[in-house]
Amino acid sequence: MSGKNSGYLDMELLRFTTAGSVDDGKSTLIGRLLYDSKAIFEDQMEAIERASERIGNEEVNLALLTDGLRAEREQGITIDVAYRYFATPKRKFIIADTPGHIQYTRNMVTGASTANVALILVDARQGVLEQTLRHSYIASLLQIPHVIICINKMDLVEYKEEVFEKIKCDMEGVASKLSVQDIRYVPISALNGDNVVDRSQNMDWYDGPTLLYLLENIHISSDLNHEDFRFPVQFVIRPQSKEWPDYRGYAGRVAGGAIAVGDAVKVLPSGFTSKVKSIDLYKDTLNEAFAPQSVTITLEDDIDISRGDMLIKDNDHIIVGQDVDMMICWFNERNLMPRGKYVIRHTSAEARCMVTNVEYKMNINTLEKNEDDRTVTMNDIARITVRTTKPLYFDSYKRNRITGSIILIDEGTNETVAAGMII
Amino acid sequence: MNKYQIKHLRELEAESIFVLREVAAQFERPVMLFSGGKDSIIMYHLALKAFYPAKVPFPLLHIDTGHNFQETLDFRDWLMESTGGKCIVRLVQDSIDKGRAVEEKGFSASRNKLQTVTLLDALEELKCDAAMGGGRRDEEKARAKERFFSHRDEFGQWDPKNQRPELWNLFNGKKNMGEHFRVFPISNWTEMDVWQYIYLENIALPNLYFTHKREVFERDGVLMAKAPFMQLKPGEQYKEMDVRCRTIGDITCTGLTLSSANSLEDIIQEVAATRTTERGGRADDKRSESAMEDRKREGYF
Repeated sequence: MSGKNSGYLDMELLRFTTAGSVDDGKSTLIGRLLYDSKAIFEDQMEAIERASERIGNEEVNLALLTDGLRAEREQGITIDVAYRYFATPKRKFIIADTPGHIQYTRNMVTGASTANVALILVDARQGVLEQTLRHSYIASLLQIPHVIICINKMDLVEYKEEVFEKIKCDMEGVASKLSVQDIRYVPISALNGDNVVDRSQNMDWYDGPTLLYLLENIHISSDLNHEDFRFPVQFVIRPQSKEWPDYRGYAGRVAGGAIAVGDAVKVLPSGFTSKVKSIDLYKDTLNEAFAPQSVTITLEDDIDISRGDMLIKDNDHIIVGQDVDMMICWFNERNLMPRGKYVIRHTSAEARCMVTNVEYKMNINTLEKNEDDRTVTMNDIARITVRTTKPLYFDSYKRNRITGSIILIDEGTNETVAAGMII
Repeated sequence: MNKYQIKHLRELEAESIFVLREVAAQFERPVMLFSGGKDSIIMYHLALKAFYPAKVPFPLLHIDTGHNFQETLDFRDWLMESTGGKCIVRLVQDSIDKGRAVEEKGFSASRNKLQTVTLLDALEELKCDAAMGGGRRDEEKARAKERFFSHRDEFGQWDPKNQRPELWNLFNGKKNMGEHFRVFPISNWTEMDVWQYIYLENIALPNLYFTHKREVFERDGVLMAKAPFMQLKPGEQYKEMDVRCRTIGDITCTGLTLSSANSLEDIIQEVAATRTTERGGRADDKRSESAMEDRKREGYF
């Protein structure tokens, strides 16, 4: 195949999350990215034109593209994370669009968990607000590798450089308190399209890239950990067929690093060692596998391995422990129970755990720790310690977002009540 | 340049294989819903890949409305035979005969909605705790809010306002007796990704997806196929045209597109140039603004 099509076969995938409130122009921005990249189809456009008219909006309300549920359209709010897709000749994008108000923390954390990039919108007229702090904190807590601060509505401040510089300076003060690795600033007007896809004619003083240029070119291939090999065993493949009487493969997705045929590996928890005999993906055999590939690994020796076990390199180190410190985001209407017992899921492993300590709650509007009030309620972020019934094999979340993350499940209701990032 | 880099189709593939393996690991009696359309065909292809050299550790389930294109049924049987798969078929006609479902009347009568009854009955009969579907988030706005692992209560209903948060790749498939999950392994694929992947992997498809001559009639701007159970309204008439399907469903709700595309390359170019969504031709979605959400709440695919 030639030209455009063969290019499409070779694109990188970038996942980004957008955070913002009702009036900061987030929907307009997404609408513009989708519209200008031709990801909105004619029938979708007609449908939202009709719907806008029916709810009495004067202009086409691009928010209706993402507000998919009836209750959302009726109330004019976004309830849940919505996923949108678009592609340019350079990259394919997945947007996790998260609402700014109701359940904001829960939804933002969900959208942020898999994102390479966070887009944070700041209204040029308002500057850095409480919600900007909140969004930035969550981006840093979830270790989103890249943050783009879009200073929007520049048209309403006469495209003045001072406004942009003041907000940038304020944000740098905020960022110094957080652990954000890569932060960029772009002055835009989503409504008029300035610096979104095309360079603005109104801001000669800005010589940086446009938003779309950044999204297309930001370096993401180092976002995953490619140093420490981590392979949580998901499923054991044993055909026991005539053709494959002795095949015993360990299926999983590489959670970090790389592994090659012949490498010595260690199995946790048993501690046995062996060598990689083959790396299979369907009928292909690979010489090497790396994150985030899904493969099946066979070993030279017959060792008892099951779901929940982890393969690492023989000479490598991973933290093994039953007392785990973590930052959590609480999702449930029922408060966290001190000394409460929950199911903890970490990679493909599962155990029970008890909350042994709540160290502090984080006030995400001021970025201050609160050690006096330790009642963890819905949408709270807190630092806690849990004791697990069996050892977990983990890394810090900073080192590896997959082997450093957990969820807590309520044993009574089966609901996912918290997400945790191991410290 | 980083040598450890995979491209988007391989990343989507790795994600879907991960989800399929989670289903096999977390559930006791999963089934994969199969319609004979391209999305369920690639989902099955991904399952073959996920468990090779073992067999796919769950059966497929086809809810047959009785209004399918014959080509779809032939293709289904060929695919099962050539891959050693097992497909359970349940008929909407049986639900109607038993009085569990009532046939719609009128020109736009369709068994699309009735499938939900047959589906939920089949899941109960087979004691399924998870049903995988080929739904994609880019298809429709209610689907854009769907999780990979989507919890259903004992009535098979979806509560979109109260979904479990889903983070990283940690999927929570815990449930009470009588409840089940719908799982969508290809959630993050777009129509273009699906076609590119079919091309990349050289996956066989029913001939309906390629251009062919067929007797069709036009209704509400959509071309529909001639079939014994389709009634013409006054003024409508059959014409032979070169058409193909962009999606394949039941004949009563599958619109055909005028097309001369007879290879995957042609289709990819057509998809790239087209300005309407693939569900634009689906009469089942046109019933109201929230037609899909309403059907999903009741337990539709």
